[in-house]
Amino acid sequence: MKDGILYTISIYSENNVGLLNRISAIFLKRHINIESFSTSLSEIKNVFRYVIVVNTTEEKVKKIVSQIEKQVDVIKAFYHTDKETIFQESALYKVKSSSLFEQRHIQNVIKNSNANIVTVSPEYFVIEKTGFRHETEQLYKDLEPYGLLQFVRSGRISVTKSKMGISDILNTFKGNNYKKKKNE
Amino acid sequence: MNKLKNNNRKLSKSKETLISGAEAVILSLLSEDVDLLYGYPGGAIMPVYDELFKYREKLNHILVRHEQGATHAAQGYARSSGRVGVVIATSGPGATNLVTGITDAQIDSTPLVCITGQVASHLLGSDAFQETDIIGISTPVTKWNYQITKASEIPSIIAKAFYIAKSGRPGPVLIDITKDAQFEKFKFSYKKCDGIRSYEPRPKVNDEIIKKASEIIDKAKKPLIVFGQGVILGKAEKEFKNFVEKSGIPAVWTILGLSALPTSHPLNLGMVGMHGNYAPNVLTNQCDVLLAIGMRFDDRVTGDLKTYAKQAKILHFEIDPSEINKNVKVDIGILGDCKESLSKLTSLINKKEYSKWIKEFKRLDNIEFDKVIKQDLNPTKKGLTMGETISNVNKYTKGDAIIVTDVGQHQMAACRYSQFIKSKSNITSGGLGTMGFALPAAIGAKMGAPKREVIAIIGDGGYQMTIQELGTIFQNKLPVKILVLNNDFLGMVRQWQQLFFNKRYAETEMVNPDFVTIARGYHIKANRVEERKDLDGAIKEMVLSKEPYFLEVCVEKEDNVFPMIPSGESVSNIRLE
Repeated sequence: MKDGILYTISIYSENNVGLLNRISAIFLKRHINIESFSTSLSEIKNVFRYVIVVNTTEEKVKKIVSQIEKQVDVIKAFYHTDKETIFQESALYKVKSSSLFEQRHIQNVIKNSNANIVTVSPEYFVIEKTGFRHETEQLYKDLEPYGLLQFVRSGRISVTKSKMGISDILNTFKGNNYKKKKNE
Repeated sequence: MNKLKNNNRKLSKSKETLISGAEAVILSLLSEDVDLLYGYPGGAIMPVYDELFKYREKLNHILVRHEQGATHAAQGYARSSGRVGVVIATSGPGATNLVTGITDAQIDSTPLVCITGQVASHLLGSDAFQETDIIGISTPVTKWNYQITKASEIPSIIAKAFYIAKSGRPGPVLIDITKDAQFEKFKFSYKKCDGIRSYEPRPKVNDEIIKKASEIIDKAKKPLIVFGQGVILGKAEKEFKNFVEKSGIPAVWTILGLSALPTSHPLNLGMVGMHGNYAPNVLTNQCDVLLAIGMRFDDRVTGDLKTYAKQAKILHFEIDPSEINKNVKVDIGILGDCKESLSKLTSLINKKEYSKWIKEFKRLDNIEFDKVIKQDLNPTKKGLTMGETISNVNKYTKGDAIIVTDVGQHQMAACRYSQFIKSKSNITSGGLGTMGFALPAAIGAKMGAPKREVIAIIGDGGYQMTIQELGTIFQNKLPVKILVLNNDFLGMVRQWQQLFFNKRYAETEMVNPDFVTIARGYHIKANRVEERKDLDGAIKEMVLSKEPYFLEVCVEKEDNVFPMIPSGESVSNIRLE
């Protein structure tokens, strides 16, 4: 995408079957490719959080976010630039155990990258690295000569520097309903 | 021993109050005051149909001839009555046949609740007979959808469905119910939905923004109102009329806004858009303030966005936040229900008149009359025109009928020339442009407003897309009037081929059957007009008939609809010939 930059879209939603489809349909409709996607529980009970990264323009991301927010089961959606968020990705690297003993240099690679060894078995060992994309990519390059059996990287997870105020939105709703009932 | 007895009694008592999921569907619909639904039975929805049989005195089911017809009929019903249209169909092909109508309802903001049967939950995902992922298929074209796999979910989900369909910006909702959930017994209780925490249907009107808007309006020299269906959906016709009259601002409409303000109102100055009137389109690019009320700047309205009303301050009255700044960048977005925002605004503005500005409309109207309208309404050539046919319809309906149109040249002629005195009288497929819409939609329109005259005006192409619904009209003895304007062409496509594809008429000429014989096969009174001298009498007979009536008018084969803004061009480049 020309003129685009990375935007992180954060969505707070109900945990309903099919919502993922409904959200991805909005990107599909506008022919926008999703760079990274992750979903998990949020800080609020029964509220889910999606973190979606897209490369696009601010004008487009604004429209996408308001079309996402329009969905009945979406509580609130935001978009942020990289500067406005704190974000990380996680990567796992599976390497043959023999290389750990036969090619001692790999030990320095692991040590210098601040990666963790998750598990070691006679056949293979698994390294975990959490950080920015360029860090997990660097480790990938460094480990490649030793023979990577498997590699996987997670979608971006991020928190924003500014407040989200989701609890306030949910409390307002409770308050409204309470008022309504009281009036009846 | 005693304890055991007590337990048994409890058990038998609770057994008495258990009902099936299928019965719960019916009771839930009755709790929402539904008395009419359109549908077609089939395997996966049979338990619900069995209950429908039991409740047939309370719930009128109209058996259509194709599920698409059920959705359009429910749309017609919703649009003429202002209520939610209800559709019921089976799984698989029954469900997929709903998709066109649901999509049409989504883009034209029509409240529908569609209920589909689904294979039993243990078969989901196994490619069972007539299984289809209708939730996946309908997701992008519904306001909300949900699959029910347990009977206990039925009442709360149906309550939520009706709330979502009709609140805020209305739209279609689909509920898919597995067959085992329809059989399962449970204890039924119903509570209407009055709010969903993640959903704000009616954003609050901001008084400060209203104040700012009133200041801009008071200072305006050449303001223009463009109104859409939002006025009708918001039941704000009265507030809108008051606003127009106090502000004195000329008001022009989108195709779906038509009939929200009587066509004879002195400040109603015509239609905008591709085949709209000359003055409203040209002056869109000369006004200093453009008030867009309950409309969404569709590309058929705006033409080229880069040149659309660039000189004007734009005020957008809209209930759906995602529409503000979507197509046209606006100066002020007035979020909220226009019924509320317009009445607040009316009390703040000064009473004004814009006689000089309105004279400019009249001047351009005269040009359009000389170049287009005169020949359309009082043709000197031999062939009949669509315009003179519509004008004859007006003569006998006196603007009091509901006009249901399909898509194409006849639709544009009908919208340009029909007269309306009441709201909810123009029912057409706007956003999606669904050929085949009119005949089934007219069925629903008649049932939603039984005391009103309903005339479906359809082209020969669109008519044949859902012609089987003549069977529904016949079976239910619905006094719907059907006026087919036959030019033996897919006229609008042919017009484009003539103007932009060097007259290469690829697959637009139709060899048509004898439509009169077909209608008579359904025992529907039918007539055909080929000459001008017979037109008036035939239309009179059709309008005054107390029974369903079919009239075919054979119009000039290669007439074009003008004015026209060529696709992608500026509204001010509107062509008169």
